[in-house]
Amino acid sequence: MSDVRFYKTLLWLNSLVPVTILGWDAWNHRLGANPIEYFLRATGIMTLVFILATMLITPLRKWFGWNQLIKYRRTVGLFAFFYGLIHFTTYIAFDRSLDLAGTVDDVIQRPFIALGMAALLMMVPLAVTSTNAMIKRMGGKRWQMLHRLIYLSAAAGVVHFWMIVKSDVFYPAIFAAVLLVMLGVRAYFALQGRKTASAKA
Amino acid sequence: MPEKIKTSEITDEATYLNRRNFIKAGIAAGSLAATTSAFRFFSPAGSNAPQPPELAEVKRSGPSSDGLTPNTWEEITNYNNYYEFSTSKSAVAAKAEALVTRPWTVEVGGMVQKPKTFDIDELLKFDQEERIYRFRCVEAWSMVIPWVGFPLKKLIDSVEPLGSARYVAFQTKYDPIRMQSSFSAGIDFPYVEGLRLDEAIHPLTILATGLYGKQMPNQNGAPIRLVVPWKYGFKSIKSIVKIMLTDREPPTTWNQASPEEYGFYSNVNPDVKHPRWSQASERRIGEIGMRPTMPFNGYVDEVASLYSGMDLKKYF
Repeated sequence: MSDVRFYKTLLWLNSLVPVTILGWDAWNHRLGANPIEYFLRATGIMTLVFILATMLITPLRKWFGWNQLIKYRRTVGLFAFFYGLIHFTTYIAFDRSLDLAGTVDDVIQRPFIALGMAALLMMVPLAVTSTNAMIKRMGGKRWQMLHRLIYLSAAAGVVHFWMIVKSDVFYPAIFAAVLLVMLGVRAYFALQGRKTASAKA
Repeated sequence: MPEKIKTSEITDEATYLNRRNFIKAGIAAGSLAATTSAFRFFSPAGSNAPQPPELAEVKRSGPSSDGLTPNTWEEITNYNNYYEFSTSKSAVAAKAEALVTRPWTVEVGGMVQKPKTFDIDELLKFDQEERIYRFRCVEAWSMVIPWVGFPLKKLIDSVEPLGSARYVAFQTKYDPIRMQSSFSAGIDFPYVEGLRLDEAIHPLTILATGLYGKQMPNQNGAPIRLVVPWKYGFKSIKSIVKIMLTDREPPTTWNQASPEEYGFYSNVNPDVKHPRWSQASERRIGEIGMRPTMPFNGYVDEVASLYSGMDLKKYF
């Protein structure tokens, strides 16, 4: 097995660990007194972890020259979408008991739910255009433009998390801090890029 | 010229590949173990209930239920909001084991004829009875809990309130060595709550000293806590050390933390939404779907008269 194949398999297996443990715990009734809340929280947090992990790859390449990492970014991104989908499905199926009218009400009454849905919806075009064929069809520039949507999706996701907690903003604050660093780094890269460009000109 | 390597010294290909596979297997196993423990660390599985404390010497004067089926001991004692210990409801039970409940005194004073500091054992001598109440958290989950306790009115009567007293202020113990900081919890400590005097002496309002006929578990607010079943759970202050009668509305912790989200009254009301979520329905712990929330948590016949003529949307 080649190294890339091996690390990809490893990434897959590790990414499936949370959902496996959650499934196992659910099967054995070990999700605590409020299993739906537990499941929603865990899958929501995993979505954010994977989104931020995809955003970490570009800075790592630029700083440390770990260019190989790009080969794994698609998998990480698709796992973000995967956990987001589980999170959303759990909400619809169990929290709302598939009551669609009630869900519309809920979205109106609870703006953080609308934000969460927006975050997931923004990931749909990214997942759809994640194949090599789509990158080719769109062209690198346009593809990259579209995939900057992940910044908005991540921001919506973090605010969504922040809005549900009562006063214990510790974890939402950590996600917000990481997100701000990731966005700050990109702003810095963009500025540097402009400087080099004008210096050349 | 480099020294010549003898052919016999070169690792043969099969061994080389085997060694690589061995290393890969090691990396795979190690990374999976690391991921598993990291996930477990941040997302611990629901724990089993700790050993129930000894049976308190209480008279089981019979349930006053309305055909309510109580939640299990495991549910009631492993899903708690007790911010002094943790903001994670499943983590409270283990952390609250640190709470020291003996010796314990409750100071009762303020606008009363006979202020007195009660030892907890004196309070346990008040006639204890079982009350099976609905409990509705402001976070939109609920339980049914078989409390043991006595009407707060009995305690208040015993200290003879002055005619000018109109409110009752309560305070939770704050032990900075065993409890976490206000900063970690995001709310001020010591935790304080308050009721209007007529709410405090209402027959449904009790000081609870136990549940399921057993002494109050630490995580549920040992050794003595308030239970006001028609209000959101955070009004039912835990581990009380001080009860003061006063003539003005006392400050309350959640109201001070976020006045537009948590009112002084905080009566359970499906028509007044929390700014960030609906209060129209709730999840009863142990059930999958949501059930509609009842006005005054189902105690409308008993308590609605306390608020006649009041705009409950304004005084939420």
